Amino acid sequence: MRRRISGFGPALGRRTPLAIGAVLLLTLVAAGCGENDQSTLAPKSSASDQIARLWWVMLVASAVIFGVVLVLLFVAVLRRRGAEPATTKGGGLWIPAIGGIAIPVVVLTALFALTLRTLPKTSPAAASATGLTIDVVGRQWFWDVSYPDKDVRTANELHIPVGVPVNVEVSSADVVHSFWVPELNRKIDMIPGQVNRVTLEADRAGVYRGQCAEFCGLQHAHMAFYVVAEPRAAFDAWLAREAKPAPAPATPELERGQQVLLGSACVYCHTIDGTNASGKIGPDLTHLASRRSLAAGLIPNSPGYLAGWILDPQHVKPGNKMPATDLSGTDLQALLAYLESLK
Amino acid sequence: MATDVQRLERSWAEPAGLLAWIGTVDHKRIGTRYLVTAAVFFAAAGVEASLMRAQLARPDEHLLGPERYDQVFSMHGLTMIFLFVTPMLSGFGNYLVPLMIGARDMAFPRLNAFGYWVFLAAGLFMYSGLLLGKAPDNGWFNYAPLSIQPYSDGPNIDFYAIGLLFLGISTTVGGVNFIVTILKLRAPGMSINRMPIFCWAILATSISIVFAIPSLSVAAGMLELQRSWGFHFFDTAGGGDPLLWQHLFWIFGHPDVYIIFLPAVGIVSSIVPVFSRRSLVAYDWVALATMATALLGFGVWVHHMFAVGLPQVSLAFFAAASTIIAIPSGIQVFAWLATMLKGRPVIRTPFLYVLGFLVSFVIGGLSGVMFAAVPFDQQVTDSYFVVAHFHYVLFGGAVFPIFAGIHYWYPKITGRMLDERLGQASFWLVFVGFNLTFFPMHIAGLLGMPRRVYTYPAGMGWDVYNLLSSIGAVVLVVGILMNLANLVQARFLGESAGPDPWLANTPYPRPPTTRYAAMVKNPRVAP
Repeated sequence: MRRRISGFGPALGRRTPLAIGAVLLLTLVAAGCGENDQSTLAPKSSASDQIARLWWVMLVASAVIFGVVLVLLFVAVLRRRGAEPATTKGGGLWIPAIGGIAIPVVVLTALFALTLRTLPKTSPAAASATGLTIDVVGRQWFWDVSYPDKDVRTANELHIPVGVPVNVEVSSADVVHSFWVPELNRKIDMIPGQVNRVTLEADRAGVYRGQCAEFCGLQHAHMAFYVVAEPRAAFDAWLAREAKPAPAPATPELERGQQVLLGSACVYCHTIDGTNASGKIGPDLTHLASRRSLAAGLIPNSPGYLAGWILDPQHVKPGNKMPATDLSGTDLQALLAYLESLK
Repeated sequence: MATDVQRLERSWAEPAGLLAWIGTVDHKRIGTRYLVTAAVFFAAAGVEASLMRAQLARPDEHLLGPERYDQVFSMHGLTMIFLFVTPMLSGFGNYLVPLMIGARDMAFPRLNAFGYWVFLAAGLFMYSGLLLGKAPDNGWFNYAPLSIQPYSDGPNIDFYAIGLLFLGISTTVGGVNFIVTILKLRAPGMSINRMPIFCWAILATSISIVFAIPSLSVAAGMLELQRSWGFHFFDTAGGGDPLLWQHLFWIFGHPDVYIIFLPAVGIVSSIVPVFSRRSLVAYDWVALATMATALLGFGVWVHHMFAVGLPQVSLAFFAAASTIIAIPSGIQVFAWLATMLKGRPVIRTPFLYVLGFLVSFVIGGLSGVMFAAVPFDQQVTDSYFVVAHFHYVLFGGAVFPIFAGIHYWYPKITGRMLDERLGQASFWLVFVGFNLTFFPMHIAGLLGMPRRVYTYPAGMGWDVYNLLSSIGAVVLVVGILMNLANLVQARFLGESAGPDPWLANTPYPRPPTTRYAAMVKNPRVAP
């Protein structure tokens, strides 16, 4: 006689986990196809593509295994239920032997082989096999970027030529950070006293967002950057522009703006190449106006946001190392104009 | 004419009075104390989790600033791991192991009481930091050099280091006590291969504790020496190495995952046979798998460090070790499935929680194996994918069994039955709420959301998954509160449990407040 199983209640309850799983799996697939700034499932390089493929293979295998377990579970629970104790003792050993040993040994061996095959493709290439080296130093809470061959220093933005393997050497000036551009490659930790390497090679031009992945203090959430991959010619032009010192002030207002900056505390932390400002603690401002964002990807680089940042950076990004600056309206206007001229 | 049992009860009766109550060394009272105290810490961790989900429900939310959020997420992790799951399972062990092996008490009853009081003091000490607004704020694994001056100037991390040193003492004496109790005090005739599987789990966990905790204690001690006395273990400027902390921590940290998980599966192995109405299939294999997991757990710690820039040969070694450790878990899962397939299952609340455990743990185990695939680990480590994974393993793998154990042994401890309908309804809320909270985190992580961010920008594709998680958290909290209501009402209104409420066919000594040896008839099915 079949009795209703109290535990499974209404018919809805019986299908709930499956339904949830199916809906979430579909959204996952949809998410994989969509355009997201920082998705591991939208690879733009062969390294990230290899990892994404590894993921899809593992997902399918896992879904099959999970499905089998779920079926066994339902069969076990729905079949032959009853209050009378089963009289059988012993037996049934073949189930853990096959499900717990034989199949896992095969599946895990295959997975390990796949891992060993994928590993070299995401590991850093020899420096000699790359076309360019970029140094990135993590700091609370921005990215100090330099191109050692050209004596270029910038922040929160890496420009790379498309189709060229780029050797990125990362370290940290304070605590552990992690350099992560999911669309281009796996992450690599930035550890004080140690230089780690990762290779970035973009298949096509585009702007790829990266973000610090290791908890690094109060503003860990706001430590993002962009990798701008552009055709060789555009990249070379950018690098040549960045290698020049800051343009001299061309108007009296810009002149005044420069004086405001050089006469304030800004110079202790910031460098503007071609002036007396040579602090190394904060981001280099030589070509500030050419960058996409301020405060490590937090706010757009526009005069309004820049003014708000200068006057009260603690409101925008609580805990960051930049103090507030008290400026008169005209001084602020001049300073903004000067900073906006640093193309 | 008094029977033997009555005479034993008289001579072992607890003296009355407040001092006697505080000073008790009875393993059942201490066990209950662990259970209740851990439940209170669980509530605190739940409040912290709810605050996090409120903060993350929408992008650019300003409910908690970074300073508060960092303390809240750190205390949530520390509480769940050190102040809830471990002591909770220790509570089950304290209460049940002496009964299961037919011992009068633990081998060292006073040490047992000492362990509880040190645990309580260490927990309150860590929480006193939260009252001052200066709780640990660097996560539960507290990487150096963020944990040292000048990056952490306040007392926050001192609460962490000193609290963990004392918790280490408490956990270690507990582990030693269990090992001696299980190896030396078993009733005559109970050879180790006839011992209830729960005792195997506690034995394996205790061995792990004894070998893993020293590494944590050394790390915490060095951290405090550096912070308070100017030593230089973890800063490069003074010749130290930040990675030293990571190695020391994870040499403890990964075995700790199994210290949490093994007693939980011990509970599962106790409950599955009872509700399947037959003995556990492959008892020997499950016992060996338990010990193998504890052993292998010491060889996989580097998979927490795959992104620190290690040579490929080390990566390959630890990838292989991390792959192999899936096998003992597979054996156990299929032994439980086989027991159910060969038995005649009856669904009651404890068994429902076990089924919920199985579903969640298989998902968490499968995503866990993915971390052995090094390039994938390097892609998603420190993202929300990891947060999803370890909640499936720790909430699915340990909290579900704890709920199962509470429902299963509540009649044994209190003499009263929980309400079955309320229990089943609470299970479905917890199960749906849990999956709705944590499944979307897999996707948020794959879409590039890092963990431990106090807020995130709109337009990254993360909003909807975070909102789903926050809605799930509400359902989960309602389910847990319903459990609490059930526990409270049953204490006063519950039906009398009788000598064998689950028809478990096991020795089931009913009077819960006296201590006497369980008359072990069939050791392979747990009391």
